[in-house]
Amino acid sequence: MSNGIKERLDKCEYYQKFDAYKEKILALSNDSLEKTIAVALALCFVCAILVSFAAVALRPLQIENKAMDMKKNILEVAGLLNEDTDIHQAFAQQIEEKLVDIETGDYVEGMDVATYDQRKAAKDPAQNINIATADDIASIKRKAKIAKVYLVKSGDTIESIILPMHGYGLWSTMYGFLALEADGQTVKSINFYDQAETPGLGGEVVNPNWRALWKGKKVYSESGEVELGLVKGVVDTSRPGSEYNVDGLAGATLTSLGVSNLVKYWMSKEGFATYLDKVRTKGEG
Amino acid sequence: MSDTINTKKILTDPLVNNNPITLQVLGICSALAVTSQMSTSLIMAVALTAVTACSSAAISSIRNHIPGSIRIIVQMTIIASLVIVVDQVLKAFAYEISKQLSVFVGLIITNCIVMGRAEAFAMKNPPMASFIDGVGNGAGYSLILIIVAFFRELFGSGKLLGIEIFPLTKDGGWYEPNGLMLLPPSAFFIIGILIWTFRQWKPEQNEKADFKIMDISHGEGGHH
Repeated sequence: MSNGIKERLDKCEYYQKFDAYKEKILALSNDSLEKTIAVALALCFVCAILVSFAAVALRPLQIENKAMDMKKNILEVAGLLNEDTDIHQAFAQQIEEKLVDIETGDYVEGMDVATYDQRKAAKDPAQNINIATADDIASIKRKAKIAKVYLVKSGDTIESIILPMHGYGLWSTMYGFLALEADGQTVKSINFYDQAETPGLGGEVVNPNWRALWKGKKVYSESGEVELGLVKGVVDTSRPGSEYNVDGLAGATLTSLGVSNLVKYWMSKEGFATYLDKVRTKGEG
Repeated sequence: MSDTINTKKILTDPLVNNNPITLQVLGICSALAVTSQMSTSLIMAVALTAVTACSSAAISSIRNHIPGSIRIIVQMTIIASLVIVVDQVLKAFAYEISKQLSVFVGLIITNCIVMGRAEAFAMKNPPMASFIDGVGNGAGYSLILIIVAFFRELFGSGKLLGIEIFPLTKDGGWYEPNGLMLLPPSAFFIIGILIWTFRQWKPEQNEKADFKIMDISHGEGGHH
């Protein structure tokens, strides 16, 4: 078989030419211009094939890993993750995915929840909204019209509402979830599943100790403004108003600012405030 | 016969006698960054060894045709391609660890050990020897990484490979973890102690002093 291919190749005119050219190039002095260019091109060609082959062949596995990681993060932020949880099963049983029209705050029916990808929709001109510069405190430029939220219910009553958020930190757009109690006011937990902030400084947004500080904090002031945010240093919990403040990340002023801004943005009327109002008045999903 | 002795020497020399971290003092950056846990160190060690061995073999196999003027770029292209492949493989098969290693897998490209072996060995030796040299140097790096991670994880979080060894006080045990061990500077101290130990054991590793301090009262350098 391989002999047959070799024979046919040998007969092929282009292959002969290629072979002759290859011999000629290899015989040239290493420092000649022609050889330098030929070596550079051949090397780039081989490396490009290697890299693209790896990227394409491994993509399905990576997508599966990402989806799994997303579910794991949602379970984690909902406080439903134990070491021996079967992630797919737990997610299917305990988490209800819903689509919400951000502007009206109503649930969207008639779309396939499982396949909707909010991050993709945010880039699609047919499904996104450009954000006016003055409102764009999270520096994200555009957002999807429809957001995917996750509910944890016991019977018919909501136990927690998990909202997706993202915004720009120092180096990267940080993607995460904020879990709220059914009152749409008290924070249960926060996490970030995709960020590339400085490891050890801004990267501490994933640190469980810091994230634990968010539990029990309040989002809205009495007048309905988003009050929740990070402050410099350690929050004195005895001070009035401290229920709206979380410790800033030491050595990461810009990441801290980014986190405050993205929480402020997504909890405002631009984000989920309308939806949360409706949840509160209805008291159910 | 002499071939096998030579191969053995290429493979084992970088472990202690010519260790890339303790003697050549290369690759310190990642040795500080990824050694707070054994699991990340092990993956990093395997990744770096694979890249060094394969890139050395690849560079060596085309060494007679690399134009001098683009030598470094050719080496970098080969190394960078292999690093991307390793990164993709980790993302597919060890997603959690690849998230923890974050940028440091990508930074293997700039790890001085990989480039150093390409320049110092692979450009002058046949592919098989270069491959073995890459494995040897990767192993030397791995050895130090694992020793450092062993101490950092054990004393920093009371665990080894995530398994509890010393019960922590916050979980009702007796061990109060040393927070410094979780921070990168602790790796500096451990690597420093390792270098000292190695040079105590093998005094020939000590560098000769660049100059001698003159005795003012008797030396000819003294003046009135």
